[in-house]
Amino acid sequence: MPAISRYAIRAALVHLALGVTIGALLLANKALPFAPWIWSLLPAHIHMLLIGWTVQLAFGVAFWILPRLSAEGDRGSPVLSWLIVAGLNGGVTLAVLADLLRLLGSIALPGPLELAAFVCYGGVSLACARHFWPRLAAITLPSS
Amino acid sequence: MPTQSRWYIRTALIWLVLAFIVGGAILISRAQQWGSIGGALQPVFYHLLMVGWTFQLICGVALWLFPVLGKERPRGDERLTWAAYVGLNLGLLLRALFEPLLLLMPGALASWAVVLAALLQAIAVWLFVVAIWPRVRGKRSALPQRRIS
Repeated sequence: MPAISRYAIRAALVHLALGVTIGALLLANKALPFAPWIWSLLPAHIHMLLIGWTVQLAFGVAFWILPRLSAEGDRGSPVLSWLIVAGLNGGVTLAVLADLLRLLGSIALPGPLELAAFVCYGGVSLACARHFWPRLAAITLPSS
Repeated sequence: MPTQSRWYIRTALIWLVLAFIVGGAILISRAQQWGSIGGALQPVFYHLLMVGWTFQLICGVALWLFPVLGKERPRGDERLTWAAYVGLNLGLLLRALFEPLLLLMPGALASWAVVLAALLQAIAVWLFVVAIWPRVRGKRSALPQRRIS
């Protein structure tokens, strides 16, 4: 498994553990209300589990498993791949930070942070398309 | 495919079918205007799809495909992933049964069952993360290197 996949998958596992912990607190709070403010972390729960976990895991595994570009094992631009990992984690961090600041009563900052998170996600989606498109080549079998 | 992966993936398929039955029930309840039943089932529907199906399918495939640790215990301590399997499915079942009940007929039993469901699912996920973490590794580091003298 290449280094980029290892970093992406491990980061995805961290998002999974944190996102599920928030989810468990939300569910428990539904049954035994102990902290009404915790509902403001619902968007953080969704960002961490949909983007931080699911999308990042899919990227890490796809980078590892999809066909390579050459017989030498070239998987495409490492710079672009690291930017994708940075964009995914940066986007989720900004979105979660926006939630936390909103929880602390900030009015001015959450909006721009959410916009920045959205820009990160948009950049990641374009970069993923650019990176993976050439790797989706059909396998040519030798003619008998 | 190892036995654990088969259990995870087959159970994921069962949750997928159940999720669409719950989804159908939501649509029917809306069409028939059965009050709050559709709303009570909505979070269960999402979680059956995302936890029961998607997450569990990912777990099954990861346990199968991720690099092995060595020849003696290729998939690490399988007790952790079996415990995760039991916790995840028991927690999800409790959630599916008692979360709608909590909204429709609140009571102590439903409340504590939902808290237990939350705890079981969280512990199951942490166990899975601990179990799979060492298997996120490169091919060369999977087996000890032979010293060339």
